[in-house]
Amino acid sequence: MSVPARAAGSRPAPDPAGPLLEVKYLRKHFPIQHGFARRVVGQIRAVDDISFSIREGETLGLVGESGCGKTTAARCILGAHAPTSGEILFRTAEGQVVDLAGLSPQRRRPLRRQIQMIFQDPYGSLNPRMPIFDIVGEPLLVNSMKDRRQRVERVAELLRLVGLRPEFMQRFPHAFSGGQRQRIGIARALALHPRLVVADEPVSALDVSVQAQILNLMLDLQQKLHLTYLFIGHNLSVVKHICDRVAVMYVGKIVETGTTEQLYKAPRHPYTAALLAAVPVPDPRQRAGAVELRGEVPSPANPPSGCYFHPRCPHAVDLCRTQAPVLRELSPGRFVSCHRAEELVLPGVA
Amino acid sequence: MVLDAPMKDQTHPLLSVRDLKVHFFMDEGVVRAVDGVSFDVYPGRVFGIVGESGCGKTVAMKAILRIVEPPGRIVSGEILLRRPRAASGGGGGDTVRDLATLDPSGHAMRSIRGGEIALIPQEPMAAFSPVHSVGNQIIEAIRLHQAVDEREARRLAVQLTREVGIPAPEQRLDDYSWQLSGGLRQRAIIAMALSCNPRLLIADEPTTAVDVTTQAQVLRLLRRLQRERHTAIIFITHDLGVIAQMADDVMVMYLGLVMEQGPVDSIFHAPKHPYTQALLRSIPSIQSTPRVSLPSITGSLPHPFNRPRGCPFHPRCPHFMPGTCDRQAPPLREVAGGQLVSCFLYEPAGGQA
Repeated sequence: MSVPARAAGSRPAPDPAGPLLEVKYLRKHFPIQHGFARRVVGQIRAVDDISFSIREGETLGLVGESGCGKTTAARCILGAHAPTSGEILFRTAEGQVVDLAGLSPQRRRPLRRQIQMIFQDPYGSLNPRMPIFDIVGEPLLVNSMKDRRQRVERVAELLRLVGLRPEFMQRFPHAFSGGQRQRIGIARALALHPRLVVADEPVSALDVSVQAQILNLMLDLQQKLHLTYLFIGHNLSVVKHICDRVAVMYVGKIVETGTTEQLYKAPRHPYTAALLAAVPVPDPRQRAGAVELRGEVPSPANPPSGCYFHPRCPHAVDLCRTQAPVLRELSPGRFVSCHRAEELVLPGVA
Repeated sequence: MVLDAPMKDQTHPLLSVRDLKVHFFMDEGVVRAVDGVSFDVYPGRVFGIVGESGCGKTVAMKAILRIVEPPGRIVSGEILLRRPRAASGGGGGDTVRDLATLDPSGHAMRSIRGGEIALIPQEPMAAFSPVHSVGNQIIEAIRLHQAVDEREARRLAVQLTREVGIPAPEQRLDDYSWQLSGGLRQRAIIAMALSCNPRLLIADEPTTAVDVTTQAQVLRLLRRLQRERHTAIIFITHDLGVIAQMADDVMVMYLGLVMEQGPVDSIFHAPKHPYTQALLRSIPSIQSTPRVSLPSITGSLPHPFNRPRGCPFHPRCPHFMPGTCDRQAPPLREVAGGQLVSCFLYEPAGGQA
């Protein structure tokens, strides 16, 4: 899949050797087992044949409602799940392209430091019995930085980087607020100079007044350290704020990708348009109009025929009920899986 | 206690909270979760309470329902509920009852809670019992508050579940809460809240746990029900977008105190308090430009045990006036039509902007 030109106003795109990460036809199915013999009676198609790529230095947003497979996709990339099929091509620091999907744990180990994760819940993701120095310093220790003085120095540097005072490194997580804890989590993720950072809903557990701080920090760090983010989120306002490009998922499939501006201004898939219309605008003078998505997200164990979205789609025709659309390129970098993408004019947001 | 003050005027508030204080007496000290809050809720209007975690919005709601758990206690203040005389057993006219003086587990309060005042909780999964069918729980609520037999109660329950948009209500009623999807569960809990024709509905973050398309459906449903039934709603949330879409009047809280209060349009288009202004600036909007740094509020929420002296927002406030804001809490005063602000910037004497 090719990569679109950057939106105006964003940073230059250094990309001589192709994308940093390329996911091709990724599938992750979970078996549904039944009875004493654990007979497999069906498959939950959590991630069903998705493809996308991330260039070095950019942020790709993966959005969708709960159960759409966005977190499962991220877990496959991180190696927490073994994919059912497909390729996860990662360009290592040495310039080799490696397929993470087929890698044995031993061969994967040296690559792990290059892909790190920022977690959703800053309360659950820090060990309450470990001081900050151990939390942030542990990745250094297991990656053979045995000298304690060296580690103290690096942890102090990391804490300063995320806007915390290094004097606090002997304190325990309970002494910190939610926003500060999330900064600690970010410092830990950055300890080993990762090249790809997977952020799974990093601000959704934070208070409103703190969210902006963390988002600004992530933008800052990206520029300073030349990071690449895979940003997973359900809050379309937050995603718009931080992402260069966005991929929208629905029941395990990507239904649309494009640059943030394209996708928000002129969505080409009815689901994207419906998602955008459902976001409550913080302005009482713009109260929600008549468009409302009916029904609910179907189960990935028993998806509808044809286009998975057709039972809820206001634009569905007979073709949508029988034949599943494929993701096709409408314009360079703009992919949509909708039979009627060309003819439909859908409302977006400014 | 019955205050015999007959009132006929329709513009009288249904619920008036006056200087409500709810404190939690812990071993480590006293947490003043709600510390002097006053507001009015009118029939047919949505009163929005917005604030971040620990601001006291949920505790205020619990105080109204009298379900504050120890070591929490209503220290002072009045919660005046206006009721038609018929509901309180008398003739014509209205009476006002102070809920703060009722026995929380007494008959009077139990008939009001769930009857006249109903709650839509945040987590419908936790609110329903998993071992009783949804229908049985709704029927139980109906039979607790209305003199109807089982058959009639079931008929009412079916009617309600249909009204909130649950398909095939006769079958769904026999389902357990864990068999329903998030959206249906939220609709079922709304049906249960409506089962006794409440005059006041308290919605505590009713859409925080659901997806954005379901949220839009639930908000629309609440608006429609409110129009049809002329119910008063107290809508509690941290999401400014939801408040803008739902509320008629808004109260902004911070660490147990009211920062600003007024009509929704004034709050969003002419916010006066520095906290409201900062909050509105710092939220990423779907209409903002991508990848531009947001103006954020510095610092973090203080721990409830050490609420700053004076105005609680002063350590994070860009207009902090040393010697004034850190000495005493500013009183709430009216600055524009119906808009109240508690900030020294708007003091007529001695305040400088």
